[in-house]
Amino acid sequence: MTAVIELRDVRKTYPGKHGTEFTAVDGVSLTVAEGTVLGVVGHSGAGKSTLLRLVNHLEVPTAGRVLVGGRDLTALDERGRRAVRRSVGMVFQHVNLFRSRTVLGNVAYPLRLAGTPRAEARRRALEVLRFVGLEDRARHWPEQLSGGQRQRVGVARALATSPKVLLCDEATSALDPQTTREVLELLRRVNTELGITIVLITHEMDVVRFLCDQVAVMSEGRVVENGEVYEVFARPRHPVTKVFVRSALGDPPEGEALERLRGRHPGRLVTVPVTRDAPGAAHLSRLLREHRVDFTIAHAGVGEVRDAALGSVTLELRGAEGDVDAFVAALDAVRTTAKAVVNAG
Amino acid sequence: MQADWSTFWPKVVDATGETVYMVLVTLALSAVLGMAVGLTLYATRKGGVLPNRLVFAVLNTLVNVVRPVPFVIAIVALSPVTRGVVGTMIGTDAAVFPMVVVATFGVARIVETNLLSVESGVIEAARSMGAGPLRILLTVLVPEALGPLVLGFTFMLVALIDFSAVAGTVGGGGVGNLAMTYGYLRFDTSVMVVAVAVLIALVQLAQLLGNALARKVLRR
Repeated sequence: MTAVIELRDVRKTYPGKHGTEFTAVDGVSLTVAEGTVLGVVGHSGAGKSTLLRLVNHLEVPTAGRVLVGGRDLTALDERGRRAVRRSVGMVFQHVNLFRSRTVLGNVAYPLRLAGTPRAEARRRALEVLRFVGLEDRARHWPEQLSGGQRQRVGVARALATSPKVLLCDEATSALDPQTTREVLELLRRVNTELGITIVLITHEMDVVRFLCDQVAVMSEGRVVENGEVYEVFARPRHPVTKVFVRSALGDPPEGEALERLRGRHPGRLVTVPVTRDAPGAAHLSRLLREHRVDFTIAHAGVGEVRDAALGSVTLELRGAEGDVDAFVAALDAVRTTAKAVVNAG
Repeated sequence: MQADWSTFWPKVVDATGETVYMVLVTLALSAVLGMAVGLTLYATRKGGVLPNRLVFAVLNTLVNVVRPVPFVIAIVALSPVTRGVVGTMIGTDAAVFPMVVVATFGVARIVETNLLSVESGVIEAARSMGAGPLRILLTVLVPEALGPLVLGFTFMLVALIDFSAVAGTVGGGGVGNLAMTYGYLRFDTSVMVVAVAVLIALVQLAQLLGNALARKVLRR
C-alpha cells in the first residue's frame, strides 16, 4: 500500500512570552496508508489539533516535511498549498457551516472556490448531499437542522471536491451518543465506499475502536505509541495509552476492585483474557465440562475492537478442590500469548 | 415675524429634498470607502488574514484621529480642502465632502468591529478549502456579518441625518439650514417645530427600513 500522508520529523513551535518557545508538536513521524483510517488520541493540549492542521498546512511546520499524495507541502508557496488543501477535506468539532448560505450553498462553496461552473457545482453538491442522506434539506438553512444533520452537511461539504484525504477534528465530540453513532457510520461509509483516507483526532476511544485501522497516541507533542488498533488495545505499552484503553474496555479487576469482588465471591477467582489470538476463552467451556467445574461470572469487560472481541472475563470457580486445580492447570496449558491470571483466594 | 405658509411649504419640501440628497450621497460614498478601510483594518491587524503592521498602524491612527473631532469643527477644519475638492464652501455639495470624510471613518470602525465578531472557525473552514484572503473577506466574512452590518449602516444613516442638519447650520442647505435661517435667526418657533418634525420623520423612516432589511438578512 502506498502512503498518502507522510510526516517526517515534523516540529511546530510557537513564540511564547519573554522570548520562550512553546512546542506543540515535537518531532513527529507518521505515515498513513491509502484507504486506511488513522486515529490520533491524546489528552487536550497533547498537540493533536496542531498535528492535524500540519497535514493540510493550515499550520506551517517549524521543521520537518509533510507529504500529501507524494507532494511535499513544505516546498510549496501559499498559492500551491491552497491547491493541495482543495484535495484534502476537513470536518470540524463545531461544524463551522456558513450561516449566510443554505445547505446547498455550503456544499457548493468549495466547488465554486475551485472554479466549478455554477450548474455543475449545484449538481455535484446535490450528489454529495444524497450520499449523506440530506438531499431533501438542500434548500434549508443551517439553523433548521439538528446537530447530527449539521455535521453530516459538514462532511458533505468536505467531500464536495472529491478529496483523497479527509481530516476530522473531534468531529463527534460535541454530539450526543445517538448522533455520534450516525456520524461515525457515515465516516465509515466515506472510508469503505469512497475509499477516502481518514485522519481523525479524538479523545474518545469508542471512536477509535469503531472506525480506525491505525491509532497514534500523543503526549506532550510526541507520538508515544503507534500501531494497529487491535494490537494497541490488546497490548498497550505507554502509560497514557493504558489510561485510554482502560477507559474504553472494562478493565480486569485489580487492587481494591478485586478485594470487593472477593468479598462477594469466596470461591477461587480466575481471569481469562478474551482476545482474537488467545484461545483460552475458546477452550473455556470444554475445559469446564471436562473437569466438572462450575462457575459464576464475577466480572466481565469485553468489547468489540475493529470487529473482533477484546477484554477479559473473571470467573468464580466452584467444584471439588482437585478438579479446580486440574482445570486451572489445563487452562494455563492452552494459553498462548495472554496468560490467565489466577486470583488465589 | 410670522412666516407666510403658502410660500413656506415649498421651501420645506425643497429643504427635505436637499437633506435626503446629502444623506444618500454621503451614505453611498462613505459606505464604499468605509467598507474598504474597514476591510483593510480587519485584514491587516495582527493575526488577521493579511497581516501588515504598517498599514494597520497608519489606518488605525487615522481613524482614531478623525473620529473624536466634533462634526462642526471637522467642517471648519476641512473647509480649505473642501474648497479645493468641491470648488465651493457653501451649499449641499460642499456639505457632503466633510460628511463623507467623517462618515467613512465611522463606517470603517463599524465594519471592522462586525467582522471581528465572525467566528474564527468559519474562516478556518474556508481556509481549509483553499480560499485565499480576498476570497475569505468577500465571500465569507462580509456575508456572515451582513445582518449586524446592515444595523451598523442604519446607525450611520441616522447619524448622517444629524450630520446634515449640523452642516445646514453652517451654510450647507437642507432642513438644518431652514431651521437656522427661518427658525433661529428670525425667531419663528413654528418653522423650528416643522424642521424638527421633518428630521424626526426621516430618522424614523431610516430606522424602520434598516430594521426590516436586517430582519430579512438575519431570517428572524
